[in-house]
Amino acid sequence: MNDRLLQVEDLHVEIATSGGVVHAVDGISIELNEGEALGLVGESGCGKSTALRAILGLLPEGARISAGQVLFEGRDITARGRPRASRRVARSAPISMIFQEPMAALNPVMRVGVQIAEAVKHHERCTTTEAHERSIELLRRVGIPEPERRSRGFPHELSGGMRQRVVIAIALACRPRLLLCDEPTTALDVTIQDQVLALLRELQLEQGFAVLYVSHDLAVVSTVCDSLAVMYGGRIVETGSIPQAFRRPKHPYTAGLLDAIPDFDHVGVLSAIPGAPPSLISPPLGCRFQPRCRYAQQDCVSGEFPLIPVREGGSTACIHSEVVQTSWVS
Amino acid sequence: MIVPEEPVSTSVLLETRDLAVTFPIARSGRERFGRQPALAVHAVDGVDLVLTRGQALGLVGESGCGKSTLAFCLAGLIAPTGGELLLDGKRLEPTRTAIDQRRIQIVFQDPYSSLNPRLTVGQCLAELLRVHHLVSRGEVRGRCEELMKLVDLPVDALAVHPRKMSGGQRQRVAIARALAVEPDVLIADEPVSALDVSVQATILELLDSLRRELDLAILFISHNMAVVRHLCEQVAVMYLGRIIEQSSAENLFTDPRHPYTQGLIAAVPRLTRKRSQRIALTGDLPSPIHLPQGCRFHPRCPLCQPVCRSIDPPATTGRVVASDSLVPHSVACHFAWSPRPTSP
Repeated sequence: MNDRLLQVEDLHVEIATSGGVVHAVDGISIELNEGEALGLVGESGCGKSTALRAILGLLPEGARISAGQVLFEGRDITARGRPRASRRVARSAPISMIFQEPMAALNPVMRVGVQIAEAVKHHERCTTTEAHERSIELLRRVGIPEPERRSRGFPHELSGGMRQRVVIAIALACRPRLLLCDEPTTALDVTIQDQVLALLRELQLEQGFAVLYVSHDLAVVSTVCDSLAVMYGGRIVETGSIPQAFRRPKHPYTAGLLDAIPDFDHVGVLSAIPGAPPSLISPPLGCRFQPRCRYAQQDCVSGEFPLIPVREGGSTACIHSEVVQTSWVS
Repeated sequence: MIVPEEPVSTSVLLETRDLAVTFPIARSGRERFGRQPALAVHAVDGVDLVLTRGQALGLVGESGCGKSTLAFCLAGLIAPTGGELLLDGKRLEPTRTAIDQRRIQIVFQDPYSSLNPRLTVGQCLAELLRVHHLVSRGEVRGRCEELMKLVDLPVDALAVHPRKMSGGQRQRVAIARALAVEPDVLIADEPVSALDVSVQATILELLDSLRRELDLAILFISHNMAVVRHLCEQVAVMYLGRIIEQSSAENLFTDPRHPYTQGLIAAVPRLTRKRSQRIALTGDLPSPIHLPQGCRFHPRCPLCQPVCRSIDPPATTGRVVASDSLVPHSVACHFAWSPRPTSP
C-alpha cells in the first residue's frame, strides 16, 4: 500500500488579467506523505499561495488550473471545469485550510461556537447538541480559556491570537488528514506566533495529519516543518530536508534568501538579492532566476530547468549547484 | 554587578522625561451621569528615553504596547499629555516651530499608503524643499538628484509615480522625503515589515549607512528582534506603555534580565532549531485602559511573587560587564539584580 497522501503533478494555474495571462503556477509537483510537514517558501508573488488555493479549488474568479492534477489518497480531486461541482469534490476530502487573516476567515455576525458547530455538522452525522459539545471540546483543545463562555462570544471580542485558535478549531472539526496553512501567523505578534506554532506542532504530533505550510519566513517554516520546497517565479527551484537546505543550499535563490534574512542568532552582513522577481506574464527565458543570479553563465540563458535529484538528497533546478555558496553558517 | 550611575554624556539629542500619552474614551450617557471615573487608554505611560547623535536605538515590544504612539508623539504628530520632550536640552512645546519640526522626521511602515499617489517622486520632494525654503528655486532639481543618490535610487526615478515602483523603492522614496528637510532624528516605524524578505536587507543597510554618513540618531521601531539586533547598538523593550528594559543590543539579547524580555527572545523563530530553556509567554497583552496593579507584567509573569502584585518596580540602572566594558543596563523588575526566589 502506498502511504502517499497528496500528490500534485505538474500543476499549472493561469490567471487572466488585462495585461495578459499570468502563469502564476507554472508546473509544480509536490508529494506529501502521511504525517509529513512540508514548507513552501518564496517571495510574495512567486505563486505559493495560488498553488495552495488551487489544491482546494479556491482559486479566484479568472484563475484556472490549465494543466496537471491533484491526487488525494490516489483520488483525483483536481478542481477543473465548472467551479462549483469540482470544488465540492475537492472539499469533500478531509483537508482543512488556515488563512493568514483570521478576522477575514470568520463570520463576524456568528457566535464562535456556532461557527465551529457548523463545520462539525457539515462533516459528521450528529445532533446540534453533540456538535455544540464537540465545538467546546475543540475550543478547549486549541487552548482557549473558558471555552463555554468564549463559544458564546463573537469573533470581534477575541484577540488576534485567539481568533487564529478558533480558525484552527474549525479546521480540526473535520478531523483532517491534511492541513493547508497560508501564512497563518504573519498577522500575529512574535509571542502569539510562537504560541500558535507550538499549538500546530503539538496538534500535528497528536493527530498525525500532514501539513503543507506556505510562508515567506524561513525561520517560521523551520519551526513547523521537516522539509522544504523553495518556489521562485511560479516554479519549485529546490526541495530537501530543512537542516540540509540551510546547511548547504543547492540553488542560488535559496542561498540568496538565507543571506538576505536577518537571523537572530547570526549577526553578520546582510546581502540582498539584486533585482526584482520576474514577470509571470512573460517570464525570462532559460532559468528564471538567471537575471538576478551571481553564478549565471552562458548555459543558464536558454533551455529547460527541471528539478534534478542531488546526491545528498533533495533536488535542485540549478545546473551549477556545486558552486552555490552561502555566507550563512548554521 | 552594580556600579552607581554616572551622568549621561553630552551627545544627547532627544530626550523624553516621564512622557505620557493618554487617549480619553468616549463614554455613554449612563456612565457620564453615573459619575464613574473617566476612562482612558494609557498608550504611553511614563517613558524615559535618550536618543544620541549617530546612534540607532531599537524599540521592541508586542503590538499594542505603545511603540507607534511613542513614535508619533516624538515626531510631533500627537501631543503628549504628560512629561516632557527635550531636544538638545530645550523643552519642545506641543506646537513646534517649523525648525523643530524639521529636525525630527518619521518613516512609516507601509510605503504603499504613505506616499501621495498623485505626485511624482520629484514633485513630492520639490514640494518639501519649497515649503521649507531649504534651497533656492534653481537648486531644487539638483537637491532632488542628490537625495536620490543618497538613497541609491536612479535619478530618472524622479519623474515616476510611486505606483510604478516596487515596495523597496517606495520605502527609499519615503526615506528620501524624510531626509529632504535635513533632520537630526529619524524615526523609523516598522520600515521593513511591509517589504519582501529579499528587499528588507537593502533598506536596513541603507538606514545603517545613512546613520553613519549623516550622523543621524535613529529610533528604529520593530517587532522583529532579529532585525533590531542587526541594526541597533541600543535596545529598549516596551511593555504596556513603559520601557521595562534597556541596554546595549549585545548585552540585552545575550543577558536579558526582565522575564518579559526573556520570553520575547525565546519566542523569536530561529532558523536553526535550538530550543533552550524556554520562558513561554502565555496570554495576551492586558488592556491599557485598566492597567494591572503593581508590576504591569505580573499577570503574565511566570516568576511572579507576592511583592509584584502590589508594588510597581521602578527602573533600576546597573552597569554590567559586557564585551570588556561597563554597559548601563536598566530594568524594571523587582528581581533583576538579585537571585530570583524559585518557589512562588
